[in-house]
Amino acid sequence: MRSVAALVCGLVFGMGLILSGMTDPRRVLAFLDIAGRWDPSLGVVLAAALAVAAPALALARRRSHALLGGPVVLSSSTLIDRRLVIGACLFGVGWGLAGLCPGPAIAMLLTLRKGIWLFVVAMLAGMAAFEAWQRLSRTAWGRKPATRQERTARTTPVRAAIRPMRRRNRRAGGRCARAAGPRACSWPP
Amino acid sequence: MIESSTLLRAALGGMLIGAAAGALALLNGRIAGISGIVGDLMRPPSGDRAWRLAFILGLVIAPIAFVLVAPVPPAHLSRSAPVLIVAGLLVGLGTRLGGGCTSGHGVCGVARLSRRSLVATMVFAAAGMATVFVVRHVLAA
Repeated sequence: MRSVAALVCGLVFGMGLILSGMTDPRRVLAFLDIAGRWDPSLGVVLAAALAVAAPALALARRRSHALLGGPVVLSSSTLIDRRLVIGACLFGVGWGLAGLCPGPAIAMLLTLRKGIWLFVVAMLAGMAAFEAWQRLSRTAWGRKPATRQERTARTTPVRAAIRPMRRRNRRAGGRCARAAGPRACSWPP
Repeated sequence: MIESSTLLRAALGGMLIGAAAGALALLNGRIAGISGIVGDLMRPPSGDRAWRLAFILGLVIAPIAFVLVAPVPPAHLSRSAPVLIVAGLLVGLGTRLGGGCTSGHGVCGVARLSRRSLVATMVFAAAGMATVFVVRHVLAA
């Protein structure tokens, strides 16, 4: 049942891409070309998609489990790090070179254009290279590289734990840093 | 000048995309991020291959379903094969490193008002615009 739902979602998603004209790289590049004849279509597509998706996602977020069973796994990471920015930069350059991103490229595979296939095969190779690099760095340093969730999880309890201490410290005029540990601050001055 | 019918199609298509993303989140509890759905298939411990493959299959057969209603608009590829290969590699690597593409960060992430996704979307849009500017107005000039 979950697979049938996913199939229909993929189908509707693809038809939306085709209807909106986003499967045509020329149109995507026309949106990115702010110094040329600018085409706002992509912005309209994004705005319309956001207007429909936002309430549904807000609803899904509040649920503990999905309608067809299983947990709701919507990313909760808030980490803005170097990986995110470098990755988005690389993706943006590739997007601007070809006018293709993963969704439209896959949705246009059946049109049997050689260029689309080249792009998708190269994209899969890029993804595989990333996975290989992840695995390699894991063995090279003898440990698993921390996932984004793990990195956030590691710092969150520490930040939460020191928050009351910092607050007390601030109230005490910064003396706690010099006092005999943070416990000294739990007493009223 | 952009015709109003083009913008109408863009709005309707966008609504379909948003509806599909919303339905996947509600029904399956998953984010409709294409790069993540495809890329996570390459990780060994994924017990949820079935729905990923089904979603991709739906995306692949979308032109067949579309052609029953209206002709599929042609894709104009203006780049040579080597450029498309380099672009594909960059898109594959970049989306995995950055944790998402236009659908995952741009639609789903921004719809959740995630600051992380908002930053990613602004960065890749800016990088795309800069690339097009260099290709069209600096190198071509």
